[in-house]
Amino acid sequence: MITIEVNNQQIQAKKGETILEALNRNGINVPTLCRMEGFSPTGACRLCVVEVEGKSGLIPSCSFPIDEPLKIKTHSPRVIRSRKMLVELLLSNHPDDCLYCVRNGNCELQDLAEELNVRERRIAGNKSKASIDQSSPGIVRDPAKCVLCGRCVRICEEVQEVSTFDFIKRGNKTSIATSMNKDLNFSNCIHCGQCIMVCPTGALHEKTNFDVLLEMLNNPDIKVIAQFSPSVTVSIAEELGIRSGKDISGLIINALHKIGFYKVFDTAFASDMLIYEQAAELVDRIKYKGNLPLISSCCPGWIKYMEQSHVDLMENVSTCKSPQQMMGSMIKSFYAQQETISSEKIFSVSFMSCTAKKFEAQREEMTHKGISDIDLVLTSRELLKLIKLYGIDVQLLDEEIADNPFNTRSSAGKLVAASGGIAEGLIRTFYFLSSKNEIPDYKITKLRSSKDRREIFIDIDDSRIGVAVVSGLKHANKLLEEIRNGRDDLHYVEIMACPGGCINGGGQPFCNDDKILKARLKTIYDIDEKEGLKVAHKNPNLIQLYEKFLGEPLSVKANSYLHTKYSKRDVLL
Amino acid sequence: MAEITNQNNKDFIINSILLNDSENYTKDILDKLSFIKRDKVTFPVITVSQNSCSIITGTQNLTQIIKDYLVERDIKAHVIEVGSLGICSVETLISVQLPGKTKLLYKDVSEENVIAILDGNFNNYIAEENVFCQFRNTMHEPYENLPYLDEISFFSNQQRIILKNCGIIDPGSIDEYIAFGGYKTFVKAIRHYTHEDVCNIVDESNLRGRGGEGYFTGKKWKIALNTPAEQKYLICNAGESDPGAFMERLLIESDPHKVVEGIAISAYAIGAKKALIYIEWEYDLAIKRLSNAIQQAKEYGLIGHDILKSGYSLDIIIKKGAGAYVCGEETALIASIEGKRGRPHSKPPYPATKGLFGQPTIVNNVETLVNIPIIIEKGANWFNSIGTANSKGTKVFSVSGKVEFVGMVEVVMGTKIRDIIYRIAGGIPKNKRFKAVHIGGPSGGTLGEEHIDTLVDYDSVILTGASLGSAGMVVLDEDNCIIDTVKYFMNFLQKESCGICIPCREGTRRMYEILENISKRPKDDFGHTTLQRFKGVMQLENLAEVIKDTSMCGLGKKAANPVLTTLKWFRDEYEEHIFERNCSAGVCQELRTFEINVEACTGCTLCAKKCPTGAIFGTPKNTHFIVQDKCIGCGICYETCKFSAIISK
Amino acid sequence: MPDIDSILEKYSYTQHDNLIPILQEIQDDFGYLSKEALVKVGDYLKIPTGKIYGLATFYSQFRFEPKGKYHIRICNGTSCHINSNFIILKELKKKLGINDGEVTKNGLFSLEETECMSGCGFGPVMMVNEKVYTRLTLEKVPEIIHFYLQIENE
Repeated sequence: MITIEVNNQQIQAKKGETILEALNRNGINVPTLCRMEGFSPTGACRLCVVEVEGKSGLIPSCSFPIDEPLKIKTHSPRVIRSRKMLVELLLSNHPDDCLYCVRNGNCELQDLAEELNVRERRIAGNKSKASIDQSSPGIVRDPAKCVLCGRCVRICEEVQEVSTFDFIKRGNKTSIATSMNKDLNFSNCIHCGQCIMVCPTGALHEKTNFDVLLEMLNNPDIKVIAQFSPSVTVSIAEELGIRSGKDISGLIINALHKIGFYKVFDTAFASDMLIYEQAAELVDRIKYKGNLPLISSCCPGWIKYMEQSHVDLMENVSTCKSPQQMMGSMIKSFYAQQETISSEKIFSVSFMSCTAKKFEAQREEMTHKGISDIDLVLTSRELLKLIKLYGIDVQLLDEEIADNPFNTRSSAGKLVAASGGIAEGLIRTFYFLSSKNEIPDYKITKLRSSKDRREIFIDIDDSRIGVAVVSGLKHANKLLEEIRNGRDDLHYVEIMACPGGCINGGGQPFCNDDKILKARLKTIYDIDEKEGLKVAHKNPNLIQLYEKFLGEPLSVKANSYLHTKYSKRDVLL
Repeated sequence: MAEITNQNNKDFIINSILLNDSENYTKDILDKLSFIKRDKVTFPVITVSQNSCSIITGTQNLTQIIKDYLVERDIKAHVIEVGSLGICSVETLISVQLPGKTKLLYKDVSEENVIAILDGNFNNYIAEENVFCQFRNTMHEPYENLPYLDEISFFSNQQRIILKNCGIIDPGSIDEYIAFGGYKTFVKAIRHYTHEDVCNIVDESNLRGRGGEGYFTGKKWKIALNTPAEQKYLICNAGESDPGAFMERLLIESDPHKVVEGIAISAYAIGAKKALIYIEWEYDLAIKRLSNAIQQAKEYGLIGHDILKSGYSLDIIIKKGAGAYVCGEETALIASIEGKRGRPHSKPPYPATKGLFGQPTIVNNVETLVNIPIIIEKGANWFNSIGTANSKGTKVFSVSGKVEFVGMVEVVMGTKIRDIIYRIAGGIPKNKRFKAVHIGGPSGGTLGEEHIDTLVDYDSVILTGASLGSAGMVVLDEDNCIIDTVKYFMNFLQKESCGICIPCREGTRRMYEILENISKRPKDDFGHTTLQRFKGVMQLENLAEVIKDTSMCGLGKKAANPVLTTLKWFRDEYEEHIFERNCSAGVCQELRTFEINVEACTGCTLCAKKCPTGAIFGTPKNTHFIVQDKCIGCGICYETCKFSAIISK
Repeated sequence: MPDIDSILEKYSYTQHDNLIPILQEIQDDFGYLSKEALVKVGDYLKIPTGKIYGLATFYSQFRFEPKGKYHIRICNGTSCHINSNFIILKELKKKLGINDGEVTKNGLFSLEETECMSGCGFGPVMMVNEKVYTRLTLEKVPEIIHFYLQIENE
């Protein structure tokens, strides 16, 4: 321990830690912009500068290690003046359209300007002429609002290993762009939206299409049907003034009904369907010596990544559509038939914690006779805006249950929201399918740890089944490389593009707090604990659906509605 | 063939010179050395100055033309390409040394006039307008009524220690370099000195890095020497890329072996087995000569495995920079060599402990390194006897701009700026008035008349707010505008900033915009732009201070220097631009006002037709007039008027 | 005909620090870096093309479209600026209708502002391909351009 003097007070610092770490631990915050928790500091934004006695310039606290006793001033006039000037520099050519900005109210640049008391434009810069890139189905980029903090570059490179973005050019021409400065839809972007989650301003945001929805809701000929993903319900509570992490599916269903949705279905039902189909697929592959390991297919970000970077493993990837698409397909086929509604009269909307789902919904494979299974995908953030727009006070609502026939779910279908959930649910059903007995211990603790990679080996009768779970494509790449190099003890691999799975998806409300993620996770596991129905294959309405319509898993009908195919994508890698 | 070359002297050179520890050579050896050094010649010897300064005058084929000429006339002579004497304004230089006569130097030689000059020379006629001077050599018969080189004020006021060989020796010949005393120090160091010994001598010599920061070289070396590591690196920073400095480029082109020797001794001092030379890709001639020098040194066993059986091994490789000023900053340079965007990193860690590929790395610039051989040879005390209290040795400058003689000069630390400009560079041409001198490139500062007696050393220059930086010295006369010059540097910096940290990226850009605003007429007197123009200026100083205080690397920290120094020393010129909206030098074109001289105007209507804003009125054959409110000061009328009737104010 | 593969073969070890030398060699041979070149290099060194593009755009040496038949390089060093090179530059841009780093539509001329070309004693300096022009004046600019246009017309 080293004693350092901060603003004339003594505090204890660990040798080698950065000044910023020592300050934060002792309850002193200094503003930062380029800093990312868990990443090495770049020292680029200079907002965290402090005055250190004996040093000529100001010192970036985020990267300066404490090796000796220091005398530090964190908020001296000189420091405040500098920080304020830096923020003013960023603002000097920033578009002045906060009121129209998607991040109005939760923008870090706004916060900094407020915190540093910026009250007039002392320096006026020439405005950026960069145009907005609307080309991607999921993500919109507005370079004029970019402050070049580089957080999107880092998360895309260091967590996802996709490297869609990088800094290009230098000096006053520096910007962030894709390879060859092409539009986003030509790039290798997988639409996971993690860049949106770290962007401090409105430079990156999801593509919204509220107008279509409002029009459809007011069109008497159209039945607007909603579904919501298991991760959405546990992720928006705090934004509505409810304890963070609480599962509010009942309230969401009520709210959506009030907004005017004709029916509201629970995507967790489709998650059960996915688990059932995929477990059957795994049984099949093992039995007929198909390509193993079977790799999960529910994450559209991962699927696009696979199609561009892991084409050689395409045959390993499950042909199952994602729950959203399975549900979409059932709504416009089984449900439409049952209710005798023409599928053209249905406008199918899904609420997801994901921006890649927007991309998935418009894939050509996800259409039936020219009609897309899902017409509109909105993120959790957009759901919140919709609730606000319709003036619904969720706290005063009663809980409702989802509509028939897609309203029952097992807790396995809910687990899907977290990384490892599909694998856990799938093992339960797979166990049953291969041994005709229920798995003795439902809870598979090993798949619930916070490790980058979780592996488990389960003995069923005489055979040993290997399952691995990874999230974050960096970890996926490592595992897939092992498989490519001949690793053969795995039978099933679950891959989610976003670290931690859908609860940390790119469409979720902005939060930098690890605690909120943990609360979401806890809720999901609590549900599993309390729920009586823990396995997908016992979902009563699902069983009915198979009896009435699909036949059995992997039947010809199931194949045509619930399975898909992939193809190599030509993008600039 | 008329060409005569020295025989390969490799064995003689290695055994009798390099490995010969005795200070007194035998007469035999001395004779042979004298032959290599061309003290006496039996055939005429012609040297042709081939360096980037001379080539730019369009004389890249000069050597061939001379050779062809000699063949044609059947003259037996020896033609050698040499580097640069440093006096660029009179390039291209050639020298002719006839047997028994002193060496004669011709200036302003072109591909067109060379034959006439040579013809004259071989026929006892010296072309008067081209002859420059003769080299002093008491053994030979001098030409009458011709000054000696050391009497020319450009040379007589310099003290050439590290530039001694430049323009004299053949940069392509290792034998010649060794004959002039080269590599001897390196061999002595690796055979008789430990790593610590070399570090100690340099430390005691108080040599400071010539790259700009002025760190004590020996101190930096010792950190690297004392950091245990598998591999250590020495990097020679030859990525000058300062837009107004060219001396390192010329130095490499003129004496590449000296650079190689400096690198070799320095690498030995810190125990590095690998040295890299980072040099701009555009310096093709320098790269060519340097590669050749390394190749020759390898052939002589001076680089490579177990050098001259001393047990020390060294490899030197050239890394071509791809064009980025910021890569002159050591951490950015390292990033660039590692194959990344050349962006600097926060220090600590310093490269001396954790640099290239995470290993201890010393980055020194060319001029620092060429000082090393002579310091080791003559000792720390000798070096300490030159210069001022805190700045030892000499300093090389490139002097350019409005001076009579543009070139590369070497002076003792502590020389007055006035002496460099007036005594060496020959003062301001065309009887114009001196206005300012800008020292240190984009990171440097501009000093006016009152500072012209400042001494060039690290401390005195810093006191004025400028810095030695890259030691480019650009002289401005009354026709130059300070605002325009600062704007030029800010434009350079905003383009060359790595773009990572906010103060440097945004700050340089805003400063440039503010300067641009004040060198333009406001669009209207009541509108928004006028207000912003004032607001910007009020923030200029504040902004400059913050940039200096918060930037990540040296480029950013010094980016405000041009603005800060000029605000301090040329405030009146700012005020003139801001309040009077006038640029008395007439450079800021958009501030100019135009009037029509009633006497001279013929009413040709041409100016009215060309005026983009319709600010000129008048009927044919009658005097025209300019409506000042409409005029934007573009100057098109001024350029088009055939009767000089338009006056710029 | 130069080809990328034989350049890549020369770099037997696929370290990151070979990236710039490889790009330099490709540019020397082809005159610019094409998309295909970036893809090939990325594939060879296992670096995403986005990263290579980011790196290459940082350095002023690299260009991504072919040069014009007559590549004009005008020195923008301090000394040339002091000697009013901006007037020449403005005139050039006006005459050719292009900016720094651009190529005329007919592919004839391309313009590049460079750092000091060491012609400080003879500024303003510019080069058209290998031919040097020193002590430029406003009047010389149209003459020089006209000279090259004339060659084309013949």
